[in-house]
Amino acid sequence: MSMKWYLHKLAMMFGAEPRKPTKDEETDAARDLKKLQKSPEEVVKRKEIIQHELDYPIVSRKWMYFRWTSILIINTMFIVSFSWDVQLVEGALTASRFLGFHMADPTAALQVTLAYKDLMLNLLIGTVTVVLVWWFFGGRAFCSWACPYHLLAEWAEAIHLFLAKRGYVKDHPFHRGMRVVLWFIFMGLAFLSGYTVFEYINPVGIVSRALIYGPTLALMWVAFLLSFEVFFSRRFWCRYACPMGLTYGVIGTAAPVQIKYELEKCVHEGECRAVCLVPHVLDITKMGYAQNDVDYIAPDCTRCGLCVDACPQQALSFSIRGFDKVI
Amino acid sequence: MSDNAAPGAAPEKPKKKRLTRRELERRRMLVRSLGAGAVVVGASLVGWYPVRAQVFDRLRPPGAIPEDDFLSACIKCGQCVQVCPVEAIKLGDGDEGYGLGVPYIDARSQACDFSCDATQCVLACPTGALSHEIAKKEEVSIGFARLARPDSCLAMKGLGFEGYVQGEDFTGLLRYEEIDRWTPIPVADHPYDVELCDLCVRECPIEGAISLEPLSDDPDEIRFKPVIHKSCVGCGTCEMMCPTEPASIVIDTELALERQS
Repeated sequence: MSMKWYLHKLAMMFGAEPRKPTKDEETDAARDLKKLQKSPEEVVKRKEIIQHELDYPIVSRKWMYFRWTSILIINTMFIVSFSWDVQLVEGALTASRFLGFHMADPTAALQVTLAYKDLMLNLLIGTVTVVLVWWFFGGRAFCSWACPYHLLAEWAEAIHLFLAKRGYVKDHPFHRGMRVVLWFIFMGLAFLSGYTVFEYINPVGIVSRALIYGPTLALMWVAFLLSFEVFFSRRFWCRYACPMGLTYGVIGTAAPVQIKYELEKCVHEGECRAVCLVPHVLDITKMGYAQNDVDYIAPDCTRCGLCVDACPQQALSFSIRGFDKVI
Repeated sequence: MSDNAAPGAAPEKPKKKRLTRRELERRRMLVRSLGAGAVVVGASLVGWYPVRAQVFDRLRPPGAIPEDDFLSACIKCGQCVQVCPVEAIKLGDGDEGYGLGVPYIDARSQACDFSCDATQCVLACPTGALSHEIAKKEEVSIGFARLARPDSCLAMKGLGFEGYVQGEDFTGLLRYEEIDRWTPIPVADHPYDVELCDLCVRECPIEGAISLEPLSDDPDEIRFKPVIHKSCVGCGTCEMMCPTEPASIVIDTELALERQS
């Protein structure tokens, strides 16, 4: 694996534009496959396959339903722990005890540490636990498999796409580097002001607490964000703003759980990019953009599996890196 | 932005124009991003105002470190809310600025009566916001009681009290040791009939924190004054149990005490 290419994947998380691999980054296997895919008979074959896909579309929502179930189960555990007093997961998504073990959201814990200027042991233990868990499942897997705002935003996205298809609304993209700048601004503000400034507008904390402790006025901010996403910019918060997403992204840079891409099976029709929250990570599925015959999606990927569901050729699949051969 | 090419334009012009358009789109995107970033940061700073202006004056749970540090160290998870047997702890809303998600006690609606036998909330706190240095109820310092409305105080008028504290629909809970050592019961299930109102003294969970002193040396004096002593921890049970409306005795918060001194 080319180190330069890996760093490029990492840089994309911090706002860099996706690009083609250079000649020396590209592996021989990828080069041969790309050459083969350009041969006239392969082009004809691919066109036939794409036409067949259009004629007989297969709609799969397997991973989406798994994921929604996961989000609902995780958040329901928080809710019933308090309302039925079963003490399974006490607290909220910012910090909790799972069967007595400390858990802390890394971004919230970092803010508290910067604001209070003291390292607290319980918080450290909780953060390390959460980091280890999400390192394994792939960092931003938190976003798509646990975050309650993500679920609301997915529904808002569905409305946005419905309206956009009919021409009522238009998606306005933002620069992805904004999230990085915001991350540093909010951590800086925590340190300088001594308050956990970001937690005031963090929709994840607001929604999580509202689910557990009852609705609050702060939900109006969440409603504003969601309507902004419906009417102005598709998935604005998760794509361009959320510092939590960036923290989890960094946590998942060397995660075992990955989405695997197999160039050989790909016909480049772009179904995966159309459904993706972070389409820049799927640029390698464009014709001529692959770096290797088998590649793993960049760390910004939330492992949501929408692309796995969307791909009619099974070119994208969940995999546990390093264990592929064992399984 | 105009898309109309002039009639008879040079053949290379459309190509050049497309490029300009992309550049323009990109510039707009960057401006949009700056604007949105500014709005997000601006929205987060709105939370400063209620804190600076001290719009809210909140009693914090037992063991809370000084107010400014408390707002920093609290991770806004509500674990303290979950362990409180009388549900005295509530979480602040968006109008409290950086107090959003931060626990507070509204003593009048539900005081901390130490039904948990002290400081479960402290043990639940995953950060140091509720200081673990506190282990006994006597070490707590939530605030300090003050006879704010001496004119309405029944004991000051030499009056008794018969009926329900804060009415029959009051939802507050209190542990009456003589009824059930372990379980708090609704105050509404416990009507009173006393010759001289001494509810603040009678229900105070801290020994020697409050006492009734006669207003004069006259042995026949029927008017008494509730006097608060140093050992008061500010749990708010007296404020909750005061039968007058509004309560004659209230708990001063840390901020209020700072302002007074």
